[in-house]
Amino acid sequence: MATTTGTAPARTGPGAAAPAPGRTSEHRSTKTGSVAWMAIPAVAFFAFFGAVPLVGVFVLSFMQWDGLSPSPTWLGLGNWTSILTDPVMWRAMGLTFGIMIFSWLVQTPISLLLGVFTAGTQKYRAVLAVLYFLPLLMSAAAISIAFKALLDPNFGLAASLGVPWLALNWLGDPTLVLFVVIFVLSWMYVPFHSLLYQGGVQQIPKQMYEAASIDGAGTVRQFFSITLPQLKYTIITSSTLMVVGSMTAFDLIFVLTGGGPGNSTRVLALDMYLRAFRANQMGPGSVIACLIVLIGLGLALFLRRLGGKDANSSQMEGL
Amino acid sequence: MLAMAPLAGAALSACGTSGPGGSSGGGGDGKASWWYLSGDPNETIRKDNIASWNEANADSTIDITFFQNDAYKTKIKTAIGAGQAPTMIYGWGGGTLASYAAAGQVMDLTDWLDQNPDVKNAVLPASYGPATIDGKVYAYPNENASPIIFYYNKRVFEKVGVSAPPTTWDELMSLVDTFNQAGVAPIGLAGQSRWTSMMWLEYLFDRQGGPQVFDAIFKGEADAWSNPDAIAALTLTQDLVKAKGFIQGFESITADSNADQALMYTDKVAMMLHGSWTYAGMKNDGGDFVSGGNLGWFDFPTISGGKGDPKDTCGNPGQYTSISSGASEEAVQVAKDFFAKGIMSEEIVQKFVDSGQVCIAASAADKFAASEDKDFLEYAYGLTANAPVFQQSWDQALSPATAEALLSNIDQLFSLSITPQQFADNMNATLGQ
Repeated sequence: MATTTGTAPARTGPGAAAPAPGRTSEHRSTKTGSVAWMAIPAVAFFAFFGAVPLVGVFVLSFMQWDGLSPSPTWLGLGNWTSILTDPVMWRAMGLTFGIMIFSWLVQTPISLLLGVFTAGTQKYRAVLAVLYFLPLLMSAAAISIAFKALLDPNFGLAASLGVPWLALNWLGDPTLVLFVVIFVLSWMYVPFHSLLYQGGVQQIPKQMYEAASIDGAGTVRQFFSITLPQLKYTIITSSTLMVVGSMTAFDLIFVLTGGGPGNSTRVLALDMYLRAFRANQMGPGSVIACLIVLIGLGLALFLRRLGGKDANSSQMEGL
Repeated sequence: MLAMAPLAGAALSACGTSGPGGSSGGGGDGKASWWYLSGDPNETIRKDNIASWNEANADSTIDITFFQNDAYKTKIKTAIGAGQAPTMIYGWGGGTLASYAAAGQVMDLTDWLDQNPDVKNAVLPASYGPATIDGKVYAYPNENASPIIFYYNKRVFEKVGVSAPPTTWDELMSLVDTFNQAGVAPIGLAGQSRWTSMMWLEYLFDRQGGPQVFDAIFKGEADAWSNPDAIAALTLTQDLVKAKGFIQGFESITADSNADQALMYTDKVAMMLHGSWTYAGMKNDGGDFVSGGNLGWFDFPTISGGKGDPKDTCGNPGQYTSISSGASEEAVQVAKDFFAKGIMSEEIVQKFVDSGQVCIAASAADKFAASEDKDFLEYAYGLTANAPVFQQSWDQALSPATAEALLSNIDQLFSLSITPQQFADNMNATLGQ
């Protein structure tokens, strides 16, 4: 419909509402043949913005280039060996996995419980749900800047609330800053995952709960015996998004800490950016980009495997 | 966590679409193009500047496009690399300019400036340092200098009973104790921003060992960072940290929110080392703090046995505008005309002075007297014009790769997680890169 209204501004009157009959029948006749060509826009889009840059980055990882001179020079494996023996990169790798695991541990239970809660029918549920989803509407940069201001030891939350113990060295202490990063990341992404779980919970057939309460199962038992198993695939989806998202976590950390203090929050994606665009070393930056792609891909495949061999079998047998 | 990737994409594409699109190279409607930073007062000054230039020179018009500072730094690099640079490239000179010059992307202006001494001498000679690479000038210095100034809060000094700011390092260290005992933090520092901490090292290296210490680093001489004077300066820095010279939690304070300036005008700290631009910030945000005469300033203290001239200054000696070597002949001519007659015209110099900035025009000296910020401007201009050595900010002077390593090591030096010797070893590894 969007295309017909777009191409037919001149047509007025009753005929305008109906799509051109000739073209619809054309579509139908081709549908009986191959419909593969309909995927062309998507494939072209992916090839141009996904595959081509990916190949470009891979090639660039064997080259020396500062991003300024007209032509990069061939270097061979130099970038790979220097990056794979660089302690800064390994530290960044460790941090990335640390943040990934902790984010998952923090976000999954909270999102799951919030999702289950917002899928219910309690009083004021809709109002509360709107409040929970607010962070989803803000950009990472805005959230980071806001938290930076809140965490300021002299003029932030501690000073305005008059709570002196809140005036910690939040962004300056190499250990504390990690918890700050995980907290802000969770604050930002929990709403999104709650939304996934809310949708998942609403798909669970009511009969299951009815049957369970007839058998005398309480709320807790129902949660562990029905809700949780039924949400298996939602958990896998949400976890995949969290894990792969952690690999590429950049904008929030970049604005919040810039990788500091020292290198204590320099995660892999940030390491890549700082090398490529701050230090003008496109080659080493590309090596890290390749590593991120490989590890992210591996993790996504692994999590898909977790779904088991019966990934496509029904959970609704007997209903 | 999925939302991350699309969000980052959206942020990037937002940057892309805010660009000028067509006005790359010498394109657009104008004969030449110029990318400039957004943010007043300079955005308005330049907007009016270009509007009146285009009115007066209908056949050599200029397109000006404004970008937010951090976005600009990435965008200009990409544009130059892609051969899509504007005719006139706004910059900070130093290491970044050297990387453009090495890639053959900016024009050598040496001969042109020698043939036009009026243009060359219209700005302070000290400002040519960061524009000069291997004896050739690749940018025209203009606009304003930002010397780094040691400020103090007269209200706090009076309350604690300290009569005068320190003139030597030993006096500074004893003042640190005095203020700590009185329950006031001695020095405000926005340590999270890192370049703020770097300003301390710039001055201490110079006062301790003279300009040759950093010169050797700049030239990439082996082991230049472990020069005994460098180690001594790094040790003094950590002594100051250990003596609780900086406000507690300084590692969490950020300069982009101006929280460090706020510490000054809310009387939470006694002193602050910062760029000259913070004068205007404290004047705007601090109520009657500046207008009531509560803000003072003094020369960076001397170190006993130090080799540096006490008049040496650090900071940014000016702004640097280059001409893209990819620009058409016509665009180059427009840019040169603009350098000669438009970029630092009498009217523009007056506007910079009126806005409280340390304009580097030779003609600016007589204009400060009429300003309401006369005392400060004359001090800052004197600091710039009379400095035997005006050391450019290290992160601008060094190559981008070294600057990145420097900032992250400075962070660790100030948090005492590495020793001066480890700092020197880490930085020595970046020499010659």
